[in-house]
Amino acid sequence: MDLITEITILVLAAFVGFEVISKVPTTLHTPLMSQTNAIHGIVMLGGLIVVGYADDALEEVIGVIAIAFGTINIVGGFMVTDRMLGMFTRKPREQQTPDGSSASRPGPSRSEEGRG
Amino acid sequence: MVTGVLEPGGDASTALYIVSFSLFIFGVRRGTHPSTAKQGNLIAAVGMAIAVVTTLLLDGIGNWGLIVAGLVIGTAVGVVASIRVQMTQMPQMVALYNGVGGGAIALIAWAEIRHGIALGDELPLDTLIPILLSTVVGSISFWGSNIAFAKLQDLIPTQPLAVPGQQVINALLLVGVVAACVSLAINNDDISEPLFIGILIASALLGNLVVLPIGGADMPVVISLLNAFTGLAAASAGIALDNVALIVAGTLVGSSGTILTLEMATAMNRSVPNILFAGFGGAPAAAAGGGEERPHTSIGAQDAAIKLAYADSVVIVPGYGLAVAQAQHAVKELADELEKRGVSVNYAIHPVAGRMPGHMNVLLAEADVPYEKLREMEDINPELPRTDVAVVIGANDVTNPAAKNDPDSPIAGMPIIEVHEARQVIVIKRSMSPGFAGIDNDLFYLDNTDMLFGDAKQAAADIASEVGDL
Repeated sequence: MDLITEITILVLAAFVGFEVISKVPTTLHTPLMSQTNAIHGIVMLGGLIVVGYADDALEEVIGVIAIAFGTINIVGGFMVTDRMLGMFTRKPREQQTPDGSSASRPGPSRSEEGRG
Repeated sequence: MVTGVLEPGGDASTALYIVSFSLFIFGVRRGTHPSTAKQGNLIAAVGMAIAVVTTLLLDGIGNWGLIVAGLVIGTAVGVVASIRVQMTQMPQMVALYNGVGGGAIALIAWAEIRHGIALGDELPLDTLIPILLSTVVGSISFWGSNIAFAKLQDLIPTQPLAVPGQQVINALLLVGVVAACVSLAINNDDISEPLFIGILIASALLGNLVVLPIGGADMPVVISLLNAFTGLAAASAGIALDNVALIVAGTLVGSSGTILTLEMATAMNRSVPNILFAGFGGAPAAAAGGGEERPHTSIGAQDAAIKLAYADSVVIVPGYGLAVAQAQHAVKELADELEKRGVSVNYAIHPVAGRMPGHMNVLLAEADVPYEKLREMEDINPELPRTDVAVVIGANDVTNPAAKNDPDSPIAGMPIIEVHEARQVIVIKRSMSPGFAGIDNDLFYLDNTDMLFGDAKQAAADIASEVGDL
């Protein structure tokens, strides 16, 4: 691919990015940031490519660390985003049992421990 | 293992990359609506899986032992960290993930440079310049994100740390980095690795020095900005590696991340240049925070319970203190008790309550607080003068009336939840210590404000129990 083609792709992708994110509710700022964060973990592919033609041990070490870093970025990023968004899908259950949760009030010391 | 099935840059691999980045775009699009966000994240993850598998099948991919080692280590760390992290620590987790992404980019650039030197040929500028760009931005992002992580995790003081002559040092470093890059580009037939390492180090210093002076309250915007930067660095690495998936995905993150950053900054009434180049909360604020002892009233759980139980309307203002104490369930129980007695209870959510936009919504949703009770700042402020009691739980700076009344305050102009307009205010807090911006809160000393000292969770549970006994 020549440079001009690549820059064309880059410019068009930039406009796609601007258009895709318009009017995000505040609630979704953090999850969305985390999701886009996971997506740039794609640089891990670069790590896969460079270890393939590593010339010496140092380059191999650099490559492995890059792959590991990129993988953490991808796996961790998508997983924490999923956990954050999981918080929003519990609402239907709340509607099934309106006021039910307050029927038996646990004592102050037995209040629920953080599940996170 | 099968290798070399696909030709790099060939039709099949390019087609798969196109599928992959289309899924990224679609996934981000879905991520902007609450009902489809979870699905959107999954779609993007599938896109990533396709991109990774495609790359593994490329001709020229080798060194399988190392690849597997890297993948296994990265997956293990990512999975364990993501399961262990608490909801309250999400912001710093995102910072850390962003940092390792930036680090990966800088390392890949280094490997590329070494490979270029080993080949002994002239490194063409359309490869070298993108490599240098991704080196500088990746390194800044890595170190900047680590500082952001350390600040949010309280490993280093969250207050702005200013070094005298900071701006001059940063400017000199930047000039040095640019000069070194130009020098490498001019001598692209004989690349000097020490000079390249110098660029890596200078960029690392720059990343540290730019983020250190920024106060903790601005960290969400900084993380979002670094996220966008890392995206651009990835796109740049994509140009160097002739990889279309990297170019599109990186640019997508860069541009969408920029929009997201601006939206966050707007929500805080801050401008991005202002955040980057002016420390939040200078010397006068620090003096006000530490010096004099001002009179305040403090009450116990029983008094608070009486005030709340006989009110008609209560507005709860949750903040980071609630998140740290994991008090969301206890607060929900208190609200349930009050509602049983016919008190109307709403939650006022500041756009940056907690440490990130949307952070508090996530926590309260976890405690099954109905979505419609979470009211946004603009929506609830007009109702506060008609509210009987506002309960501030672990929030501080976002309720400081100085932001409205005192033009000299470091947080002047920041939008706040106007709890001081409510008939009575109860502030549940561990101590009188200042908040994230490091400044004193005038709210605590108002006549209609009562302080209830203690852990947010314990205090909420105590009040709920007292209300139940009334």
